[in-house]
Amino acid sequence: MSVKVSTLHERTKPPMSPGSSLNTQEYFINMGPQHPSTHGVLRLMLKLDGETVREVIPVLGYIHRSIEKIGESLTYQQFIHQVDRMDYLSALSNNWAVSMAVEKAAGIQISERVQYIRTLMAELQRIQSHQLWWGVFGMDLGAFTPFLYGFRDREMITDIFEETMGARLNMNYIQPGGIMFDIHPNFVKRTKEVLKYFKPKLREYEELLSDNVIVQERIRNVGILTAEKAISLGATGPVLRGSGVPYDLRKIHPYGVYDKVDFDVAIGSVGDCWDRYYVRVEEMRQSMRIIEQLIDNIPEGKFEEVKPAKKLIIPEGKYYTQLETARGILGCFIVSDGKETPYRVHMRSPNFNNLWSITEIVPGWRVADMVANLSTLDLVIPDKELLCF
Amino acid sequence: MNSEELIQKVCALESRARKSEKRTDPVCVEIPSDILLSFLKRLRTEPDLSFDMLLSHTAIDWLADGKFELVYNLTSITHQHLLMVSCYIPRDNPVISTVSSIWKIAEYQEREVYDFYGVLYDDHPDLRRLFLEDDWKGFPMRKDYKDDFILVPEA
Repeated sequence: MSVKVSTLHERTKPPMSPGSSLNTQEYFINMGPQHPSTHGVLRLMLKLDGETVREVIPVLGYIHRSIEKIGESLTYQQFIHQVDRMDYLSALSNNWAVSMAVEKAAGIQISERVQYIRTLMAELQRIQSHQLWWGVFGMDLGAFTPFLYGFRDREMITDIFEETMGARLNMNYIQPGGIMFDIHPNFVKRTKEVLKYFKPKLREYEELLSDNVIVQERIRNVGILTAEKAISLGATGPVLRGSGVPYDLRKIHPYGVYDKVDFDVAIGSVGDCWDRYYVRVEEMRQSMRIIEQLIDNIPEGKFEEVKPAKKLIIPEGKYYTQLETARGILGCFIVSDGKETPYRVHMRSPNFNNLWSITEIVPGWRVADMVANLSTLDLVIPDKELLCF
Repeated sequence: MNSEELIQKVCALESRARKSEKRTDPVCVEIPSDILLSFLKRLRTEPDLSFDMLLSHTAIDWLADGKFELVYNLTSITHQHLLMVSCYIPRDNPVISTVSSIWKIAEYQEREVYDFYGVLYDDHPDLRRLFLEDDWKGFPMRKDYKDDFILVPEA
């Protein structure tokens, strides 16, 4: 075998590069897998020189759930229930990605009503995902109050989900050929209430964090990711847009009813933590704009074209479909051999691909800056680890 | 550019490249494995095409044919078109050149494919297991993988 395979042990063993003239020594230290600021079981091996980070080696695999392997023995309708558990803050988008892939491949037409409901739900979920991220971001920087604000407001949206779908986190709501239930009679009224409540609250969010001098000092011009590097590293979503690339699938390849609504794509200019932060805050505002335009116009119609118990077979071939979740591009790659179950199914996770930006932006910064960087990437750890199997 | 024009343009780059006969979405080009690196580099640099982002890279185990199919899903931020590139390598000698010099993310996506399929990437800067332990035996996404506990019940 001519190609050599290395190990983590080899990668991190001494002797390391010689110390500087001050006779310092570089060393490896583990951050995680149980570190609170990694929001899950992400293990980072940091090569440190004093408190300055020289290199980051992410070590994955601590929450590995074999979703792709299990997917090979499930029907498409059953697989929906697996993908919910990937990025649990975008459960509906995950469902939608798989449903869209199956519908496109099998040529199933979806009613207008279903498209409206899916888009509305996905935008509501984008807001609640960003709310949670905003709260946790504050906590990572040492401010506890945002965490309470974020969770308090997110609760109202999860209540809406619970009323319609019967679940708050893993909904299994969007299915190939429709949605599981029609919307609850209260849905429109309560969504409007949330918008009315949250609009002024977003200004409060800004006063608390965005306008705060300490927060600004900690994230402005920290961890700059240039547009060129972001593209090469496969970063998508707010991370890519923070670097100034206006790439949003909702605009570029519109799905659902995004072509019928008017909204702006928020982008940054420098690509630092602040830009990534502010893009997300602005996205919450844009999502509210989208919901406002749709909420009164949900057309009448059927909510499912295909009963969940129906055998769904997609023609032999390879299909790749993608959409924009709160974190970036989620792709669903299905290889069908004409049977009821996929021959191979692969999910392109935004978290997995965004993670590697950390290896590029952190070196040269302090450990505390690394926490800010990690937080503005907005990673949901189970996604990238379970997805990719 | 619609997909018909795109595939014509892509196939014009290389005489041995041809459109996949299988049903695919987006349009798929099949190339021999020995020209993979140079072909993808041209896709990246050609101004009309400029595929600057590697969305996903994965493998498919065609056990009956004794082949691995490597699939690259590319997109262009500038032109916004999508392309699937596929190439076949033999299962008993799964070696292919790395494309991490073109897209940095390929380094990590290739490590994932190595981890689950055992595809070896020539010239890879850091070829290691990604999710599994370094001393894990076998490659679990292969169709003939067996282990002590039953992960997936036999059909």
